[in-house]
Amino acid sequence: MSTVFARIPLWRDVRVLRIGAQVLFVLFIVLIANWFYTNLQINLERTGIRFGFDFLWTTAGFGISEGLPFEPTDSYGYAFWVGIVNTLRVIGLGILLATLLGLIAGIARLSSNWLVRQIASVYIETIRNTPLVVQLFFWYTAIFLKLPRVDESIVLPGPIYLSQRGLALPKPYATETFSLWGYGLLVSLLVALAVYVGRRIYLERAQRPGFAGLWAFGVFVLGAFVGWLVLPGAPIAWEMPTLGRFNLEGGWQLSPEFAALLAGLVVYTGAFIAEIVRGGILAVPKGQTEAARALGLRPLQVLRLVVIPQALRVIVPPLTSQYLNLAKNSSLAVAIGYPDLFNVANTIINQSGRAIEMVLLIMISYLTMSLLTSAFMNWYNRRVRLIER
Amino acid sequence: MRLIFRWLRENLFSTWYNTLLTVLVIWFLWVAFSGLFQWAVRDAVWSGGAAACQQARQLAQAEGRSWGACWTVIPENLKLFLAGTYPAGELWRIWVCVYISAAMLGLSAGVWRGLVRDVVVALGAAALVLLVLPFSWTERLWMFGIVLALVVPLGLRWVARSRIPRVRWILGGGWLALPILVVWLIGGGGPLPKVESTQWGGLMLTVLLAVIGIVASFPLGVLLALGRQSTLPIVRWFSILYIEIVRGVPLITVIFMASLMLPLFLPGHLRIDQALRAMIAFTLFTAAYIAENVRGGLQSISRGQIEAAQALGLSHWLTTLFIVLPQALRAVIPANVGQFISLFKDTSLVFVAALLDLFNIGRSILANPQWLGTDREVLLFVAFVYWVFTYAMAHLSRRLETILGVGER
Repeated sequence: MSTVFARIPLWRDVRVLRIGAQVLFVLFIVLIANWFYTNLQINLERTGIRFGFDFLWTTAGFGISEGLPFEPTDSYGYAFWVGIVNTLRVIGLGILLATLLGLIAGIARLSSNWLVRQIASVYIETIRNTPLVVQLFFWYTAIFLKLPRVDESIVLPGPIYLSQRGLALPKPYATETFSLWGYGLLVSLLVALAVYVGRRIYLERAQRPGFAGLWAFGVFVLGAFVGWLVLPGAPIAWEMPTLGRFNLEGGWQLSPEFAALLAGLVVYTGAFIAEIVRGGILAVPKGQTEAARALGLRPLQVLRLVVIPQALRVIVPPLTSQYLNLAKNSSLAVAIGYPDLFNVANTIINQSGRAIEMVLLIMISYLTMSLLTSAFMNWYNRRVRLIER
Repeated sequence: MRLIFRWLRENLFSTWYNTLLTVLVIWFLWVAFSGLFQWAVRDAVWSGGAAACQQARQLAQAEGRSWGACWTVIPENLKLFLAGTYPAGELWRIWVCVYISAAMLGLSAGVWRGLVRDVVVALGAAALVLLVLPFSWTERLWMFGIVLALVVPLGLRWVARSRIPRVRWILGGGWLALPILVVWLIGGGGPLPKVESTQWGGLMLTVLLAVIGIVASFPLGVLLALGRQSTLPIVRWFSILYIEIVRGVPLITVIFMASLMLPLFLPGHLRIDQALRAMIAFTLFTAAYIAENVRGGLQSISRGQIEAAQALGLSHWLTTLFIVLPQALRAVIPANVGQFISLFKDTSLVFVAALLDLFNIGRSILANPQWLGTDREVLLFVAFVYWVFTYAMAHLSRRLETILGVGER
């Protein structure tokens, strides 16, 4: 036998070919990379820039209109950090609101009411088929900048002030009794944990299903509520925005850039999420609901125990990619001048000329965000996934 | 009559909360549409240039009421919207491109029939509708040419089919050559005077970027997908790394990188203009997404197909080329049409590379003091054009899915 194998020529031996192909591939990549690198060296030498990240500690010399407090005397590195925090702010709020909107629109599209169904599909079809950046620009220049001046603000109940300067909402703040209430919360959390464990043990012994988590949650809420009532003053109060002579004061103020970016991202991503939600609900066969009803489950139980777990399994993977899209799309802030990480990095490049370093930093930031989000969603997906026997 | 009542009762007033919902929605629609109607139709200015808008606005301000839309901004700037700052004397070249594409479509409709013919009919109808709109007579003549270019080859199809053998192969080759021909016609070179890519713009640039992007990224995407499935570890890891990095960053950073850093990585004498840089960025970016689509197709091929091919004595490469890829690519056509749609929308991001596509030419019109305050009109028009294209393509993709029977075999 061995003599037969020995006679296979080298150029037809699969093992050799495999290694040879990979060596060739690596050589090809290395050659291209080397060519790029030499060109880069020559080009950088000509412009007199040396690669390195020490410029991050030098003074920025420009201002950032919102986010963490930032002075022109602060460093480039800190400016970039302010940009990252601004991006995270938009992404966090955006994901929350887009999920909510998508859920509502997706369910509305399956409504038994014809008008509601039509409105939902018109919303989804128009928003999905136009570019996001056009929508963002529309929100910014055609809606938020066209709002009345501050002294003629539109006042919605709340009070929420809408004006050219953006949105002003009531802001919750902690009063002096808050720390006492916080201790109370801690205690009720511990009690709730004890209740949860006790309940689980009891249910295990009694061999019957039940809601241990719900009990614990109830105990926690009860503790929080009792604490609120017992304390002399409310631990959390609302700071209302007030209309000053020329400006709005106090409250939670959102710039028109932030508001436009948030609105654009939420409305756009919401339309995509709506389609996912609709698909997920439709993916649960009708027989499942009917079988659950036949077994004597109540309608809410059918929803909680049969429909939602199965719909989630279909919904979560595409939902993850929509969240990632929202995170990546937040970089379009540059079109309307919201100082997110891409926009700030762009300014830094214009000021310092350090294109390569900043582009590297931008890409690393987005990659980290993407990886973290998908890691979390994959963990969640494993929890809701079908576990087959 | 009874049918109508029954429909109303079942769809709008089935329960008390449905009735409440219906009433609320009707009230909301009434408020929204009456305002919209006032602005977009009743008080709107349809012609007369910027001066007419100015007049209408002053009149409305004097009377203390709100003024309407200034739609005249669209026809006044139509050339900019469609072709950007392309030299007016060379505009015929764009028309020729449109004609050649239309004639190719007409010819294909003759040969392939089916879906292509529906597309031709729809496009012809759209061109006829455009004829009714108030364009100048020369423009109408140009547009009528489109209809002819679509329909005449359809009549030629019997001639083509009977006389020329392998007409399908020739046509396929023609489609592959079309982008090159179009780029040459628009960019110039040789006997045609050169038009710098900084002068390309408007809808023309949008379509060009999207088409070139999808055509160029397709082979790269297929290679990456095959690389990701490869048994060679280095090739596989390289493909995975490329795909995941590109999919993990926003498109805007890729365009930014191409427009800012590409010149740094190339020797000084090799100058690439902005349009080409944007095309490279779109290609590199879209390839990663196409690779993932194609991977889905590759995974859907049953193991039996490959084993049968091997049993017949086909080598690894022959199996891939003639057994796996044709089936896989057929399965992912709808997904790739979806990719094309999102690429079409994403061309609006070229402002990072200082190019003036449909959206960004709109922005530059808004920056003109003459048209100050027409943001809504311009943006709505731009959005509408994008919508028409993407909606039509989405519709096409759904039709394609049923025709190909994806997911039914």
